[in-house]
Amino acid sequence: MTLYGKRRITNYVVLTLSLAATAAGLLVLFLILGALLWYGIPALKIMTFTAMTPPPGNTPGGLLNPIFGSLVITAAATALGTPIGILTGTFLAEFGRGTWVAPAVRFVNDILLSAPSIVIGLFVYEMMVVPMGHFSAWAGVVALAIIVIPVVVRTTENVLVLVPSSLREAAIALGAPRWKVIVAVTYRAAIQGMLTGVMLAVARIAGETAPLLFTALNNQFWSSNLNGPMANLPVVIFQFALSPYANWQVLAWGGAALITFTILILNILARWVASRGSFQQ
Amino acid sequence: MSGTDALAGRLRLEPARGVSRQKVEDALFRGATKAFAIGVLLLLLAVLVSLVVGSLPAIRKFGLTFLWDQSWNPVKDLFGGLPAIYGTLVTSAIAMLVAVPVGLGVALFLTELCPPWAKRPIGVLVELLAAIPSIIYGIWGLFILAPVLQLTVQPFLVDVLGPIPILGALFAGPPLGLGILTAGFILAFMVLPFIAAVTRDVFQTVPAVLRESAYGIGATTAEVVRDIVIPYTRVGIVGGVMLGLGRALGETMAVTFVIGNAHHVSTSLLAPGTTISATLANEFTEAVDELYTSSLIELGLILFVITFIVLAAAKFMLMRLERRSAR
Repeated sequence: MTLYGKRRITNYVVLTLSLAATAAGLLVLFLILGALLWYGIPALKIMTFTAMTPPPGNTPGGLLNPIFGSLVITAAATALGTPIGILTGTFLAEFGRGTWVAPAVRFVNDILLSAPSIVIGLFVYEMMVVPMGHFSAWAGVVALAIIVIPVVVRTTENVLVLVPSSLREAAIALGAPRWKVIVAVTYRAAIQGMLTGVMLAVARIAGETAPLLFTALNNQFWSSNLNGPMANLPVVIFQFALSPYANWQVLAWGGAALITFTILILNILARWVASRGSFQQ
Repeated sequence: MSGTDALAGRLRLEPARGVSRQKVEDALFRGATKAFAIGVLLLLLAVLVSLVVGSLPAIRKFGLTFLWDQSWNPVKDLFGGLPAIYGTLVTSAIAMLVAVPVGLGVALFLTELCPPWAKRPIGVLVELLAAIPSIIYGIWGLFILAPVLQLTVQPFLVDVLGPIPILGALFAGPPLGLGILTAGFILAFMVLPFIAAVTRDVFQTVPAVLRESAYGIGATTAEVVRDIVIPYTRVGIVGGVMLGLGRALGETMAVTFVIGNAHHVSTSLLAPGTTISATLANEFTEAVDELYTSSLIELGLILFVITFIVLAAAKFMLMRLERRSAR
């Protein structure tokens, strides 16, 4: 065979393999989504949204208390983590130049972004559950907030540096104090990007299970008391999926479908918001 | 002029206010952002300190032997970390073995092969794979993947590779479905999108001139990738792979579902095992006495230190590539 023919065949083989790799990756995505639709959708009856989690055995029940718990814990964690993340991101983008703090914070933030979430759970257990003497939804909120912070810091910094300096300079030239320039001009210009970051952070924590295992724990009953254990979807899915009861497993699939499609919709919405922003990455 | 007037109106500037007051407000705002930034810095330190403090009783009792001791006996208060550490490293190694070539293939497809109109949708689909939470991979692995592997891939491995000496030891025993191999596969699916996304971004840093020159002298796409793209981005690829490894090491829920949770070290990949994160997820709330809890926290500390080193190395490598492409 000629050298040219060999090179062409090698090229053909390499490109086919790369196409196969992509197809395999997408196949896994569709297999997971397919399984969630197949097993999860039949579990999403009206009762799932109106009844409490059933006791062991084959009593019918729903997911009302974990859905409520997840909404409360996720909302509180986002409310706690977002301002901290935005202020830290602001520091990195606006005041950090030339300091030693900024590169160090950026480095630590990137580590936190990928740090094992179960270790965050252990940390909050040591800091809150042990001193308080009992598991509590507040501890879960703090654990999830620690996961929100690095996501928001990253996106806030990335989008703030895209705002043209001429905008800031125009405001400063008018005599505006620096904080007013940032709040009224820079934030305003970057709001879509910052919102995207928050949405991605919500999507990230909505399915987090590991940090809740030793903090919010779980609760078989309705509870709106953040000072005690509270039911939440991820931990309920974990318990129910590994149980021997058929109806618990069905509910686990229902919860899994609910969480996954919420997260996927949030992700797609976040991209849409980002694409409408004035300054794109 | 009307533009600046509108801006001044939005800023609600009040000329009467003193400059000194503005300075105080500015300093307060700047101080607040700096305080939170330093708070993030201290957070990592606080995690480390709290884990060290929590694991002190276990460190005092077992010392360094914890790292290679195999026993895990809560009744007799004997704890060793080896099975969990071994499981963590082996499942992550399997995950990397599968995910790195596939991830590079996806990145290659997205940068070199894909028609421009399909780049964005396929890229988004790969990123959505990364957005699916760990516990969903777990439930899918338990009910769908494990039975399929048990009936197809595992018997094949036992039949074909089992009789070969040395290599066969890796595939000894009955195909159980749940075990270290299945956990490795699930981890591979989970880190694949991270590796694919990072390497895709890294591939795009190759200057178009380099690539076009190679095509210009008649190189095929495969040759451009082998001789131009990969050598140019080597540091970045390693960084992306390490980032994926950092994720794989600490992944909890997906592994907990499919690894089988057995505290022993087995050479067979088909045997059930455990990882640090799976041990924590399963046993932490049940651990009552101090030494048991403390041993579990020490496992968490070991996991934290390993992932910190891996992630820090990944970050340094990606920073090196960034600095070069910025030049």
